[in-house]
Amino acid sequence: MNVSLFITCVSDLFYPNVGKSVVGLLEHQGAGVDFPEEQTCCGQPAFNTGYYDETRTAAKHLIKVFENSEYIVSPSGSCVSMVRHFYPKLFEDDANWQSRVKSLGERIYEFSEFMIKVLKVTSLDATFPGVATYHQSCHMSRGIGVIDEPLQLLKMVNGLELKDLPYKEDCCGFGGTFAVKMHEISEKMVAEKAQHIQSTGAQYLVGSDMACLMNIGGYMHRHKMPVRVYHVAELLYEGVTKSENKQSTVS
Amino acid sequence: MKTSNLPFHERVDTAFQDDFLQESLKKAQEKFRTGKANTYKPLGDPERWRKRAEEIRKHTIDNLDYYLDILANNIEKRGGKVFFAKTAAEASQYVTDLARSKAVKTVVKSKSMISEEIHLNQALEKLGADVIETDLGEYIIQLAGETPSHIIVPAIHKNRKQIAELLSKVAGKELPDDPPGLYQFARKVLREKFLQADLGISGCNFAVAETGSLLLVTNEGNGRFTTTFPKAHVIMMGMERIVPRWKDLDTLITLLPRAATGQKITTYLTAISGPRSENDIDGPEELHFVIVDNGRLNAVGSKYQEILHCIRCGACLNICPVYRHIGGHAYGSVYSGPIGAVLSPVISGFDDWSELPYASSLCGACTDACPVRIPLHEMLVDLRHDQIEQKLSPVTERMAFKMFGKMTATPKYYTTGLKAGKTMLNLFSSREGIEGGVGKLKNWTNERTFPSPAPQSFRSWWKSRKKNNDVKEV
Repeated sequence: MNVSLFITCVSDLFYPNVGKSVVGLLEHQGAGVDFPEEQTCCGQPAFNTGYYDETRTAAKHLIKVFENSEYIVSPSGSCVSMVRHFYPKLFEDDANWQSRVKSLGERIYEFSEFMIKVLKVTSLDATFPGVATYHQSCHMSRGIGVIDEPLQLLKMVNGLELKDLPYKEDCCGFGGTFAVKMHEISEKMVAEKAQHIQSTGAQYLVGSDMACLMNIGGYMHRHKMPVRVYHVAELLYEGVTKSENKQSTVS
Repeated sequence: MKTSNLPFHERVDTAFQDDFLQESLKKAQEKFRTGKANTYKPLGDPERWRKRAEEIRKHTIDNLDYYLDILANNIEKRGGKVFFAKTAAEASQYVTDLARSKAVKTVVKSKSMISEEIHLNQALEKLGADVIETDLGEYIIQLAGETPSHIIVPAIHKNRKQIAELLSKVAGKELPDDPPGLYQFARKVLREKFLQADLGISGCNFAVAETGSLLLVTNEGNGRFTTTFPKAHVIMMGMERIVPRWKDLDTLITLLPRAATGQKITTYLTAISGPRSENDIDGPEELHFVIVDNGRLNAVGSKYQEILHCIRCGACLNICPVYRHIGGHAYGSVYSGPIGAVLSPVISGFDDWSELPYASSLCGACTDACPVRIPLHEMLVDLRHDQIEQKLSPVTERMAFKMFGKMTATPKYYTTGLKAGKTMLNLFSSREGIEGGVGKLKNWTNERTFPSPAPQSFRSWWKSRKKNNDVKEV
């Protein structure tokens, strides 16, 4: 099985370890991974700010870049939701692009969704001792309905205790340009989210969208809250590597 | 419709300074959320109900002219009068003319958002009439000289101490801040007003076309006094508040109280069909239906038509994290929360409401909560788009996104752009990330560390990995 990685701009520039972990895990599952180097951004920053023409430009490029990919996997529920849910809306009056948009939407998966639904992963040899809580991002949960998959994966990790996050369905306050345009409101929202995370007593905050994690993590870092932030893929990959190292020491 | 002349950010700031408001909204949302979940449960699959409700609303609004015609005919058949008001001014004029012709001295009102929208009280007060809001929440904010901060819980921002102070002024003596006592006092005052009133004005939760009836959904019983005691009764109705048949009402009335206050049913459901007839023992001699457009027709046939599906339950306010933090007054419109952020600019343009579409993180909780499935957060994005089309967004932003578009289509520019971004961000970076910066970056770093760009981007890591692998394979 061949999988193309859509890294997303945020992970490419700020969190390359997320991409490396996705590559590592997919290869670990026996998939061949490629990274079409022509890829750019899905256009969501422009879309959410209301710049539809510019989003279409970005979308057309993304469609072309991944036109020949069997599967596309991305470590962002938000970007997948953009492609699957909003691209069709952007091209609803453009017959030439509709089928290409539809096809891309059918081949693109969020990372944990792909692991569970396509690769049908049921167990992982992964160890990661500690207490974690999971933030379910809005676009991932409401946009593409992926809620349980990351939790299913996290539950496969030995030694990891998962604490339920109170008000988990509440937004963290990121919202793209909202975070800077309406920063006063965004700050209140992220402060509240950070408080909920702290109340779980978790050492690790795990999520599936680096933009949300950048927001929450940035707030917690500034306010010296001792919680480490992980993308699901990062935690899993570190867990798998830990398990492998342990085994090689034993043998 | 406008409730404040202060700029948006100042209104938000006022809400942030109000500790009680912050606490109260949190508690109220908590209560409504739990209540809603509990009362939805026995319905089985809520999606089926929501879809059915959406279908009913869609069918009604798609055929709005047809059903309004039927409604008007049936009201008239039963002896009611119908007035279609194109504008707020026309609606207000009709009611004030009526009040003047009857030399009305006392007007009692049960809750009506449309009368807030058209500032009807002020118009009636100009005539010298004594206008009294009889919904307890509305009464409280009327005494405070304020506007509702929630579409169904207008005084959600007031605590019992503030309420006791307001009622003490009416009593002319200090009243203790215990709710049952305050309630009793308000009831006594309002009873007298009901007996004095020569005109009653109510809102309209639904108008049932097939019988020309008004349906009121209330909890305090004031709605019945308002619509029964005075000799004349005026119903203020937004033109979309209509259902074809009683059968359709069944679905909507099952969802409305659940979505609104987390109640299975409200204390009172009042149906009124026409003025007092010969055999009736009570009821008004005259009944007037004022059906108001005031910009609603702008939505018909547009991409915002679905906003007219709204049944004013407030579920979107009850779930919205932005509303929870800024409260209703910050929206500057009588309609607050996600519904207000869409409805206000749709029916009256961007002049007063340009910020509202941006006052959302687009989390979609409102859309999920809406009992008639209005895609509120998607409409907010469309409203942002409209502002760009009308060139209302800042020039610098337009230029930046034009560049963004070009970059995303040209990988070479994109990588160069990322590199330039990295160089710029590195100027502000420390080992811990970025804690300062200028402009928009500063807006982020006020309260949050911004990450420094990774020393090696993913794509550059991939390139070197591929190179190494290629070397290995050779």
